[in-house]
Amino acid sequence: MANLNPFAAWRRLLALPNESRTKTVAIAFLVSAICALFVSGATVVLRPIQTANRAAEQQARLETLIAGIPGMSDLLAQSGGTLSTVVIDLTKGAVAEIAPADLTTALQDSSNWTGLTAAQDTAGLGQRPNFAQVYFLRGPDGNLSLALLPITGDGYNGPIDAILALRADTQTIAGLAITNQSETPGLGARIEEPAWLSQFGGKTALDASGAPRFAVAKGTAGSEYEVDGITGATRTSNAITRIMRFWLGDDGYGPLLAAIRRGAF
Amino acid sequence: MPASPSLWQVLTAPLIRQNPVTLQILGICSALAVTTSMATALTMSAALTATLVMSAGTISLIRRHIPDSIRLIVQIVIVASLVIVIDQVLQAYLFDISQKLSVFVSLITTNCLVLGRTESFSRHNPPLRSMVDALGNGLGYSLVLTVIGAVREFFGAGALLGWQVLPTIDQGGWYTPLNLMLLAPSAFFLLGGLVWAIRTALPDQSEPLEYLAPDAQGGKE
Repeated sequence: MANLNPFAAWRRLLALPNESRTKTVAIAFLVSAICALFVSGATVVLRPIQTANRAAEQQARLETLIAGIPGMSDLLAQSGGTLSTVVIDLTKGAVAEIAPADLTTALQDSSNWTGLTAAQDTAGLGQRPNFAQVYFLRGPDGNLSLALLPITGDGYNGPIDAILALRADTQTIAGLAITNQSETPGLGARIEEPAWLSQFGGKTALDASGAPRFAVAKGTAGSEYEVDGITGATRTSNAITRIMRFWLGDDGYGPLLAAIRRGAF
Repeated sequence: MPASPSLWQVLTAPLIRQNPVTLQILGICSALAVTTSMATALTMSAALTATLVMSAGTISLIRRHIPDSIRLIVQIVIVASLVIVIDQVLQAYLFDISQKLSVFVSLITTNCLVLGRTESFSRHNPPLRSMVDALGNGLGYSLVLTVIGAVREFFGAGALLGWQVLPTIDQGGWYTPLNLMLLAPSAFFLLGGLVWAIRTALPDQSEPLEYLAPDAQGGKE
């Protein structure tokens, strides 16, 4: 009768000549099984630390991005707190089930874009993505203090990209940073000047009903909704008004702003 | 093996006299790729030495039971597993450096040095001896990487281990960084120079010429 004692079986296996088929297969199996256990163990044990590292790296990149925008870093320094990146479903005004890293891939799919009619399309976009990446700044108590909303639209010479910072009441503008523009140097390009951008802080973007009222004035600002126009750059000034109104309106961040007012964030 | 050398000799021989990089020209692809700064060179050296020692120990431990027909596969599987684990550890605890080393840590698997040592030494020697030999070879590799890394970082960025030694023009100093040093060819030049220097100092390392140039044979046509 065969000896079923595992130790004896193990000794018998080791005693086999190295070139025997049984031993070759058994050694190959044992080595790969032990290595597989070892590798999977290390991966599983270390995964939480690696995930935390990646998240920290993304946060650092975001902070460099924001710090590179003139004006925004001061704004963040005043407000304090932590910055987080969120992908928003613009139609629902809620958090989308897409990781920020996957957004670029998602937006390559034309089904994730919405066409705009001429009446809707005040910013001259043609179509609008259904998802947008926004940044929320939260105070030490976890409450939302700033929402940083990337906005874009057609200027006089080309697209204008900007980041609009809104206070938690969604009505007060905390600041605007132009990230990309190709307006006429000396005229429209003055939208980049800190002196002009500094007027935005404290202005009111929406009226009490939530409708966008912000405008770049023709000349000197006459109300809490207006900033001074830029002399000689009427079209660029108008473009800023249109872009701001589009993105603050129902086809832009309107649903998101409504959700923030309801306290959903 | 006539009068097997002492452990101390096993450890020190690969440092300069039998250096795996300069004498055997093993493992130079990583030596070229990761030596732009000393920090990456040192991390890579530590990762390779750790892999080398652990794989030598493991393989030496089971050396009597590795069937000859699958010995290379068994060795590679063990080396690859160790490398993956080390890569994961680096990603967890030294994230910045692991980003800089990127793919080169995983490529330790195919580093000829590791398989060279396990195949030629660990398969025939007891674990302690194999591990000492592996440590010696790892240190020899590290020595070369550190020297090349130091020269490249010093001349390429005017710094050593991130400390600014020579103030560069960008920072308002006087030193114009030698950008060639940060490119791969400079590692070839430096490695070639190093091999030349060692073989001049230790003439017994020079290999006999395999071919003579026509001129040297005195022929005209």
